[in-house]
Amino acid sequence: MSQQILEGLAAIVNEVAGVPVADVQLDKSFIDDLDIDSLSMVEVVIAAEDKWGVKIPDSEVKNLKTVGDAVTFISANS
Amino acid sequence: MSATITTASGAKFARILSTGSYRPERIVTNAEICEHIDSTDEWIRDRSGIIERRYAALDETVVDMGAAAAAQALERSGIAPTDIAMVLTANVTHPYPTPSAAAEVAYRIGAVNAGALDIAAACAGFCYGIGIANDLVCGGSAKYAIVIGVEKLSDWTNPKDRGSAFIFADGAGAVVIGPSDTPAIGPTIWGSDGSQKDAITMTQSLIDYRNTGGEIFPALTMQGQQVFRWAVSEMPKVAGRALQAAGVALVDLDAVIPHQANMRITDAIAKALKLPSDIPIARDIAYTGNTSAASIPLAMDRMLAAGEIPSGGTALLIGFGAGLVYAAQVVTLP
Repeated sequence: MSQQILEGLAAIVNEVAGVPVADVQLDKSFIDDLDIDSLSMVEVVIAAEDKWGVKIPDSEVKNLKTVGDAVTFISANS
Repeated sequence: MSATITTASGAKFARILSTGSYRPERIVTNAEICEHIDSTDEWIRDRSGIIERRYAALDETVVDMGAAAAAQALERSGIAPTDIAMVLTANVTHPYPTPSAAAEVAYRIGAVNAGALDIAAACAGFCYGIGIANDLVCGGSAKYAIVIGVEKLSDWTNPKDRGSAFIFADGAGAVVIGPSDTPAIGPTIWGSDGSQKDAITMTQSLIDYRNTGGEIFPALTMQGQQVFRWAVSEMPKVAGRALQAAGVALVDLDAVIPHQANMRITDAIAKALKLPSDIPIARDIAYTGNTSAASIPLAMDRMLAAGEIPSGGTALLIGFGAGLVYAAQVVTLP
């Protein structure tokens, strides 16, 4: 499950920000490692909500610092 | 027995007859903005697509700019000012709760037979005006109407607010609307979500400012990520509803003119709509900034003048902003 979410998330990050899929790993920080700014992060969140049918409130987005944080949140809430 | 009341009967269809615009003289660069905030030209361009914007002169008013744009649209329409039956001024920056900017604009342009009212629908105000003017013409309450979008946002911007100082700017755009033999304004899709009233608001009311002796004059403040999320997730759906209501396919459009809020929002809307690359989408924000109610008519006027979009072509207009409110419709370009 987590591997599938990681792969789906990598595809989204690639689509939104052009980051190579292989770079999107669990320990990577969206901001510091993948250079995803706050607006691109919102686009990633919207796409993830659509893909997995989860609700990721604005208050939660700031806690999703790494790709792993996002994978954990999505698998726990989808 | 009640008396029989005669009701108005209007034109079968309405259309935009002409455009006009007013861009203030003074160009404000990102470097000038960065004299007051800890930011850079590169950061501003990356986050907003704004390269420069225009500010009105200190003594230049919403009424001055609105009247200039309206006069140009009126002249291009060939309609006599005295034949205008309604002047609608969409704005949120006229610094008097009353009288309206519209009444003074109507007087200045010689529309002495016109009703006049302001529309406070923020960045969606121009599209609200198009919808209302269409219904006035088709309902028989006006043969000709002028819709003006005008803002002097520089008066209500805190130059030290890093989140908004680089966004807002000044300007005016206008259109004349009148009867048409053929359909030229599609149904207006509009709505509001007052639960998000704090997403774009003022730091304080003027009354609170007076009563508390506040140090910082009330200014616009915005939850950028919240607004971005709402616009990017909801406006493509609103666009789809406006297209469907008008019976127009996306591929048959000659232009998409969204409110110029932020280039990143424009990019995301284009992507979400799967807009073909050969259909131009307005990017007037680069050299104009976000002028709220004025942004759509300013972009329309410039794109028509530059030959980027064809006269007689079909355009989708999408306005969205503080409230939160939105409105969209498909129109035939003048």
